[in-house]
Amino acid sequence: MWQWFHKLGSPRWFYQISGKFLPWLAVACVVLIATGVVWGLAFAPQDARQGNSFRIIYIHVPASFLALAGYYVMAAAGAVGMIWKMKLADMVMVAAAPLGAALTFIALFTGAVWGKPTWGTYWIWDARITSMLVLLFLYIGIIALSRSFSTRETSARACAILALVGTVNIPIIYKSVDWWYTLHQPATIKLSGAPSMHPDMFKPLLVMILGFYCFYALVLLLNTRTEILLRERRTTWVKELAEGK
Amino acid sequence: MFQFENFDAFIAMGGHGPYVWGAYGISLAVMAWLALAPLRRQRALLVDLRTQLLRTQQQAQRRRGESQ
Repeated sequence: MWQWFHKLGSPRWFYQISGKFLPWLAVACVVLIATGVVWGLAFAPQDARQGNSFRIIYIHVPASFLALAGYYVMAAAGAVGMIWKMKLADMVMVAAAPLGAALTFIALFTGAVWGKPTWGTYWIWDARITSMLVLLFLYIGIIALSRSFSTRETSARACAILALVGTVNIPIIYKSVDWWYTLHQPATIKLSGAPSMHPDMFKPLLVMILGFYCFYALVLLLNTRTEILLRERRTTWVKELAEGK
Repeated sequence: MFQFENFDAFIAMGGHGPYVWGAYGISLAVMAWLALAPLRRQRALLVDLRTQLLRTQQQAQRRRGESQ
C-alpha cells in the first residue's frame, strides 16, 4: 500500500501510466457526449411547460455536477499535498483549478441562457446562482494565487488552504434550493428516491453526466501532465522525451 | 423518435432556437478548448526544450573545436 502510494507520488511514473489511459478516456468521452447531445437535442421529448429550452439541462446539470465535484477533487489534492508533501498532489490541485473554473462558467452561462425564456431574466441574485458565482471566484482566486508566489512550496500551501476553506461553500450550493426561497428549481436528481423526471428525459441526462465525468478525468490528466512536464523539465527523462528517444 | 417535424423545426426549437443552440455551441466550444489547450502547451514545451538542448550541444561542440 505505502509502496503504491510512494509510486503514485512519482511524476514520471504517473506520466507514463496516464498516457496509456488517455486514448480510451478520449474515445469514451467523445462517444458519450456525442450520443448525449444528439439524444438530448433531437430525441428526448420536449418539456410540457418549458418547451425546447429545457434541452439546455443536458449541458447545465452535468457541468454543474462536475464544477462542484471538481472543487472537492482540488481541495482533496491540496490537502494531500500539504499533509504528505506530495508534489504530484500539488500538480493535480493546480491542474484542477482552470478546469473547475471553466465548468462553473459553463454552468452559469447555460443557466443564464436558460433563465431568459423560462424566468424572463438572464440573471437574478438568488441563493443558488450567487453561491455558484462565489464558486467561480474561488476557482479564479486559486488560479491567481498559484501564480503569485515565487516559490512552489509557499504557493502550494496558500492554494491548499484557500481551497480547503472554500469547501464550506459547496454544501451551501447543494442546499441553497432547499434553505432559501429561490427561483431555481429543486434538484432534479437526488441520491435518495427516484429522479423527478420522465425516464425518456432522464436517460440522455445520465449519458451526458457519464460523458462529463470522462471529460473531467481526461482534461484533469492532460493538465496534470502539462504541469509535470513544466516542473520536471530539467530532469533526464523529460529531456529524453523532448529529444524523442 | 425524432421529436421535430422537419429540419427547420429542429433548428427553430419552437422559438427557443437561439437559446438552445447558443448554450450548446458556447459550452462545447469551451470544452474543446479545455481539451486542446494542454495538448498544444505540451507540444510547445517539448519543442522549446528540444531547441534548447540542441543549442547547448552545439555550443559544447564549438567550444571543443576552439580548444583544439
